[in-house]
Amino acid sequence: MKVLMKGNEALGEAAIRAGCRHFFGYPITPQTELAAYMSKRMPKIGGTYLQAESEIAAVNMVLGASAAGVRAMTSSSSPGISLKSEGISYMAGSDLPALIINVQRGGPGLGGIQPSQADYWQATKATGHGDFQILVFAPSTVQEMVDLVSEAFDAADRWRMPAMILADGMLGQMMEPVELPEEGERAQVEKPWAACGHGDKREHNIINSLYLTPDKLEDLVVERYKRYEQVKAREQRAEEYLCDDADVIIVAYGASSRVARSAVNKAREKGEKVGLLRPITLWPFPVDALRKAAGRAKAFLTVEMSMGQMVDDVRLAIDCRVPVEFFGRTGGMIPTPGEVLERVEGLL
Amino acid sequence: MATVFQKPKALTSAPLHYCPGCTHGIVHRLVAQAIDELGVEGRTVGVASVGCSVMCYDYFACDMVQAPHGRAQAVATGLKRARPENVIFTYQGDGDLAAIGTAETVHAATRGENITVIFINNAIYGMTGGQMAPTSLPGQITQTTPYGRDTDTAGYPVRVCELLSTLDGVAFAQRVTVDCVKNVNIARKAIKKAFQNQLDGKGYSIVEVLSTCPTNWGLTPVESLDWLRENMIPYYPLGVYKDIDSGVKKGGAAE
Repeated sequence: MKVLMKGNEALGEAAIRAGCRHFFGYPITPQTELAAYMSKRMPKIGGTYLQAESEIAAVNMVLGASAAGVRAMTSSSSPGISLKSEGISYMAGSDLPALIINVQRGGPGLGGIQPSQADYWQATKATGHGDFQILVFAPSTVQEMVDLVSEAFDAADRWRMPAMILADGMLGQMMEPVELPEEGERAQVEKPWAACGHGDKREHNIINSLYLTPDKLEDLVVERYKRYEQVKAREQRAEEYLCDDADVIIVAYGASSRVARSAVNKAREKGEKVGLLRPITLWPFPVDALRKAAGRAKAFLTVEMSMGQMVDDVRLAIDCRVPVEFFGRTGGMIPTPGEVLERVEGLL
Repeated sequence: MATVFQKPKALTSAPLHYCPGCTHGIVHRLVAQAIDELGVEGRTVGVASVGCSVMCYDYFACDMVQAPHGRAQAVATGLKRARPENVIFTYQGDGDLAAIGTAETVHAATRGENITVIFINNAIYGMTGGQMAPTSLPGQITQTTPYGRDTDTAGYPVRVCELLSTLDGVAFAQRVTVDCVKNVNIARKAIKKAFQNQLDGKGYSIVEVLSTCPTNWGLTPVESLDWLRENMIPYYPLGVYKDIDSGVKKGGAAE
């Protein structure tokens, strides 16, 4: 049965159905409905909703709950994610899974409260200090937000690393019909590493990111990067829409991919061979799909709600074999299908 | 032959890295002893903070989590909310608890988180080499107050037990020291009570231990104890600042 839900609330319900009982948050527009939803639901199901004193405290509560071996999450919007970057780095350095949701708004600084995709670099390249990556999922519909919450929790547990859902104010605030999974449909992995009391049955577990001996720290980071290679090989996801015969392929994710899809439809109505390649994982970036597409298309156009951040990754993915152009709006402005079509037609 | 004294089970055999005369060792022992006496090592999780005691995860035999600087009580909150049956304690220094972690401390306390907080106040940043702490005394010379702490520019020390005793969420707050056998015994009882309170579901309990840092104070271990008695105790009076059992709300009674 489908129900009509707001994106932010759907994220919360999906997390509960993925077995998450521990939510730690702090109010910030445009994600606040998610926290409000959790404050309503969690007490009814024996879960924890805790409004922390800051985003920094909230992410460290997630660190603690995750260290105890349970599924835990926090959500915020762009300025709040900057504050969480400390905790995300520590979780990555301690091999802890967690779910962090970023319902992006315009930046930098306090920026604005309208939808944006200007945190792409932060999410995929530098969510905190040090050598590490996190899993980044980019839904484009409310249904996909629901589906990716389960995927993100599972992948975070599987690879023992934090995962982020990179949404935006448009997806968070819009309502669409969704099919929700039943809880317990997917098995959760055992966590023998958790700090939950050794019960006099094993050596003590230590959750830690401090290694003062450089060669030991290097070994650990190198090991982690080997794991990242496996993640890259197994977790890349992208959707192709009318790419097979496309002369120009638009690359867009999240809210901007919805605009791009409309532009593709308009182009097709005019007989113009335009396709859309939509990354669903931003890290790992779907380089395999892009490389394949680069063998056919004569140009790419990335459409982003930023000054152009993903465009560099597209160029790198295809080794600059064909031109990759960029079109975007920023500061909370949303590109229109007409604007995108005009840019794409310039490349045909 | 009867054993009259031994290492607590809740301490590992790892050699401590602390400097001679530092009181971390005594406090570690008292914490481990409380865990032993209450028989809770198997369900205890400790939270190490950032500072000299960061590596206490190697010394306590229970499960351990190392928190980001200042965030130990937020991490402890997450651990406790995830598994309320576990016994959670933090072990934090003055920089961690009363400077960078002030918000996490005050809010864990005001929420009445059912955790045990061991707070080492030695009036200096030890691990980074002796800079001014939030608890450094007026006039105290440190690496970053080379002319002495000037309260006009560097402000005044934070009295943590006094501050926290005003919060309704706090069940127990006591300031102790470990400069002599008598005071070690008082500290031992306070630390055990702070753990017992958690088992009884009474809520947030903190024991502040006035401690020494001979290396960064530039004194011998014996001189350090004298300096602590002459300078720290007058500024930070020992005693129970809050105890919901006895109704004590601030200052006074030493035992």
